[in-house]
Amino acid sequence: MGPISSRLLALESKRSWTAIVILAVIAIVVVPFLNLAVPEGSLFHLSTFWVATLGKYLAFAILALSLDLIWGYAGILSLGHGAFFGLGGYAMGMYMMRQIGERSVYGNPDLPDFMVFLNWDRLPWYWFGFDQFWFAALMVIAVPGALAFVFGWLAFRSRITGVYFSIISQAMVFAFMLAFFRNEMGFGGNNGLTDFKDILGFELSQDATKVGLYIATVVALLIVYFICRAVVTSKLGRLLIAVRDAESRVRFLGYSVTNAKLFVFTLSAMIAGLAGALYVPQVGIINPGEFAPAKSIEMAIWVAVGGRGTLFGAILGAFAVNGARTYFTAAAPEIWLFFLGALFILVTLVMPHGIVGVYKSLRSGELTAAIGRRLRRNNG
Amino acid sequence: MADMLTQPEPKAAAEPSILYLEGVSVSFDGFKALNSLNLIIRRGEMRAIIGPNGAGKTTMMDVVTGKTRPDAGRVLFADDVNLTHLDETEIANLGIGRKFQKPTVFESLTVFENIYLAQKTKRSITETLFARIRGEQLTRIEATLETIRLSERRADLAGDLSHGQKQWLEIGMLLAQEPDLMLLDEPVAGMSDAETEQTVALLMEIAKDHSLVVVEHDMEFVRNLECTVSVLHEGSVLAEGPMDAVQSDPRVIEVYLGR
Repeated sequence: MGPISSRLLALESKRSWTAIVILAVIAIVVVPFLNLAVPEGSLFHLSTFWVATLGKYLAFAILALSLDLIWGYAGILSLGHGAFFGLGGYAMGMYMMRQIGERSVYGNPDLPDFMVFLNWDRLPWYWFGFDQFWFAALMVIAVPGALAFVFGWLAFRSRITGVYFSIISQAMVFAFMLAFFRNEMGFGGNNGLTDFKDILGFELSQDATKVGLYIATVVALLIVYFICRAVVTSKLGRLLIAVRDAESRVRFLGYSVTNAKLFVFTLSAMIAGLAGALYVPQVGIINPGEFAPAKSIEMAIWVAVGGRGTLFGAILGAFAVNGARTYFTAAAPEIWLFFLGALFILVTLVMPHGIVGVYKSLRSGELTAAIGRRLRRNNG
Repeated sequence: MADMLTQPEPKAAAEPSILYLEGVSVSFDGFKALNSLNLIIRRGEMRAIIGPNGAGKTTMMDVVTGKTRPDAGRVLFADDVNLTHLDETEIANLGIGRKFQKPTVFESLTVFENIYLAQKTKRSITETLFARIRGEQLTRIEATLETIRLSERRADLAGDLSHGQKQWLEIGMLLAQEPDLMLLDEPVAGMSDAETEQTVALLMEIAKDHSLVVVEHDMEFVRNLECTVSVLHEGSVLAEGPMDAVQSDPRVIEVYLGR
């Protein structure tokens, strides 16, 4: 057996499969059970707030996976992934806006409230089709994918790499924020899209709908995880690592670096769009704030904290940082940003491979050996 | 692009050449790195290229592999493909492999995976995504590992290899590419004497069925290759011939020692 197949087996070891199955069962069966079947007031009851919060984290985990795919594996740090996430969210938001119909404040069956407010008399052309779920679902993937393809093609063809790519991707998401703030864009301006009533006929205010959305997000995360896993364990996955290590060598081997990057960047953007579409119905709003550059930078922090270059690390990082945010913004909101900054510095300086890296070196004994050496040096 | 590849070029020389450079000039900010360089490498030949720093050795390789566009001149591969308008990837796929001056391998992949990626296969994204390793491919990878004496280290990360072993791995990657022409930029830089000796043997072995161009500083190494030597100076060929003849050429002595 060659080293490739043995490494593949290591990635797909029995233990990791067991872990995935256990986590999936907990997420799909146990969590909804504790919410819906265990009576309120019981010690084991899980409130709907927590189910929705978990659902939000899961959407962030999908987003983190998408960023890890290009940053952790191909070495392309996008600081503009909020653009793809936001566009996916807006596409889903537009569908839910169209579902409101006559139940809106102005009661106009054809126009969302903000358009009535702007004295528009008909729907702009780019809103057509969004009354259909299938069309919106398609756009959730297609719009971010198309944007990434065009943006990536221009950037990668011109061999824009490293920090230059990060900066222009940041500029892109900033441009989106400015554009979507404008009322004339037709996406609700500053307020964005909100006041959603239902999705696919299910009322969003119902607990069962919230649990349904949560379960859909778990399933989506599982599917995305397996897609990413298939990509990174393929020969193409190794080629992406090769691009990260020595881009010019890949070119002289006869592979098209542009095409490899374009493929993974477009795939990543589609996944980010899906994450946005799952996020918006669970939080009930999408506004240009999602395009804020700081949000896109924070996504990179999730991945760095969890451990980039490992799929599990990205998921872990999304949960860890957002869990900390939920805790701090309730317990001590004024220190949250300081905590986030300190966390990033700490991870960069002492945990370059994130939580997963620390776990690995603990298991292999490297860390204990290093600590032992340091102790001996200090004592001796 | 297909048109450009098939576009007929006038036959360059009576004898079949693998690489034909005619009047190639490159300048960077007024500095003439290559000055109307003429160079012909015959099919199956091993050629060593020496010259003082700044003589244009690496620039010559950059021009051949598409990294640098020449200001003037023609570069023909196998007598009929003009390389001056193609990019690195296209040139690599025509069958020209290049080893860099600084060993460039994929450090976070294993030795085996480095060879696996280099191995001659279809290079498209979909082919690469769905590629499955086959038995016959495995045999060839093992054979390449044997040739470069890295079979034992196949499962180690390339980043953990010694400097000399990285050089070999890169040569192995070139071999796996099955190129018609191999360009090696300083293959023994930073190697111990024993490693250099082994590399000579390795290159002699490879030269049996490949055309090779070796750029090197190490005179003893070049002598041991027992091949024609071209001396580059200020961007053009100063002298050409067997090592002994070249070394006793007064112009060469002047260039190496005179200033």
